[in-house]
Amino acid sequence: MRRVVITGAGTVNALAQDVVGTFAAFANGRCAIGPLDVPDVERLTIRIGAQVQGWQPEVHFSRGELGLFDRFTQFAVYAARQAVAQSGLVFQGDLALEAGVVLGTAGGGLITQDESFRAVYAEGKNRVHPFVVPRLMHNAAASHVSMAFGLQGPSFTVSTACASSNHAMGQAFHLVQSGAARVMVTGGSEAMLSFGGIKAWEGLRVMSKDGCRPFCATRNGMVQGEGAAVFVFEDRDHAVARGAEILAEVVGFAMTSDASDIVMPSEAGAARAIAGALRDAKLAPGDVGYINAHGTGTAANDRTECAAIMRVFGADTDGLMVSSTKAAHGHIIGGTGAVELLACIMALRDGVIAPTVGYVAADPDCPLDVVPNEARQARVAVALSNAFAFGGMNAVLALRRG
Amino acid sequence: MTVEERVRAIIAEQAMLDVADISLDCTLESLGVDSLALVEAIFAIEEAFDISVPFNANTPEDSGFDLTSVRTIVAAVQGLIDAQTA
Repeated sequence: MRRVVITGAGTVNALAQDVVGTFAAFANGRCAIGPLDVPDVERLTIRIGAQVQGWQPEVHFSRGELGLFDRFTQFAVYAARQAVAQSGLVFQGDLALEAGVVLGTAGGGLITQDESFRAVYAEGKNRVHPFVVPRLMHNAAASHVSMAFGLQGPSFTVSTACASSNHAMGQAFHLVQSGAARVMVTGGSEAMLSFGGIKAWEGLRVMSKDGCRPFCATRNGMVQGEGAAVFVFEDRDHAVARGAEILAEVVGFAMTSDASDIVMPSEAGAARAIAGALRDAKLAPGDVGYINAHGTGTAANDRTECAAIMRVFGADTDGLMVSSTKAAHGHIIGGTGAVELLACIMALRDGVIAPTVGYVAADPDCPLDVVPNEARQARVAVALSNAFAFGGMNAVLALRRG
Repeated sequence: MTVEERVRAIIAEQAMLDVADISLDCTLESLGVDSLALVEAIFAIEEAFDISVPFNANTPEDSGFDLTSVRTIVAAVQGLIDAQTA
């Protein structure tokens, strides 16, 4: 079994359009949630979100690319460029054949679908853009990343709602660990902040109208974000041999299925995933210093997640820091685990714990150290990243200081 | 159909029961209406009466829409209809 390290990271999210800016926003406890700017917003009940402001696709992509790139693909390709540049890898010869890409997304090209439906149904047009199909397909982002860097090894897309990114990164971990690939570009992307996307979420009655406050007694739902994060997962021997900077080591991954309810979370399923990731990493609960929680800000998730963490950690819950950065960048759905992995890397590398912002009052159902509102300095050796999806599909990653 | 009859019919459909079994004193819990069926019932009520029900599943008690029993739901729906026509 090969060891797997992270040698590159990139992101676009509502906090910043790079990793340095995102780390600074985490450290400063900044929140990027604000009024939504989408067509027909006045017909929405939910009017807040964490949108990527000042995004200029025409600066980053050619005219030909723009015709083929839905917003979720734009985010993924731009984040992948940052990650690959940081890694210093050039995919030529055998390495190109032994490198692939696996990305997560829940909605794929939803904005393309939304605009195209609007054109034919609402505006009565009789044709849509010729590239609607290759734009909206879920694997479009992964395919364009593969083409951008000539990645010719195992490449695919994973779609498990809010756990998509963690499942994708888990697959990348396994592919490098097993030797099936030497390098995997991996992470996730989502761009669901369209009129139809928000309208669909409104119907579930789980969205907050005034903010995302994970683990807080006043929490009243989730707030959607958008964006991507992409990483370079690399065979550690390969990375060390070329003298690459190692951001963190991926040491464990586990996935479980609740097999119980399509929307309600399960404490047992979440706890099995957390415990499984520790077992896979050959770690004990006491080794973990920080958990980036799924922490959606819904009544059900946060209560259940805290119970699951306490079930696994027992007495080791003392001294454990658990924060949700969704309060800052919103719930990025299929891309959220990837953006949240950045908080784990920051904790391990820089010793800075991203806070749970927007926290007002303690909830007895969530009696954990949620690092409220202000970032904290702490030396952390191991961090976990939780993702628990609708459909009961759970995926937890374990990272160690590289 | 009266407001009461329509609300009872909607709840009966979600509970998969006969309308005759839906009395005003029934609670949703006693009728076996779970959280997903409740969200569907509220959607059906909004469509049937062309109203907007202020319901957040995270904070049902703060929604200003009393879901205690079929009777309180009928009253809340009537209240929203009255507010809209006032």
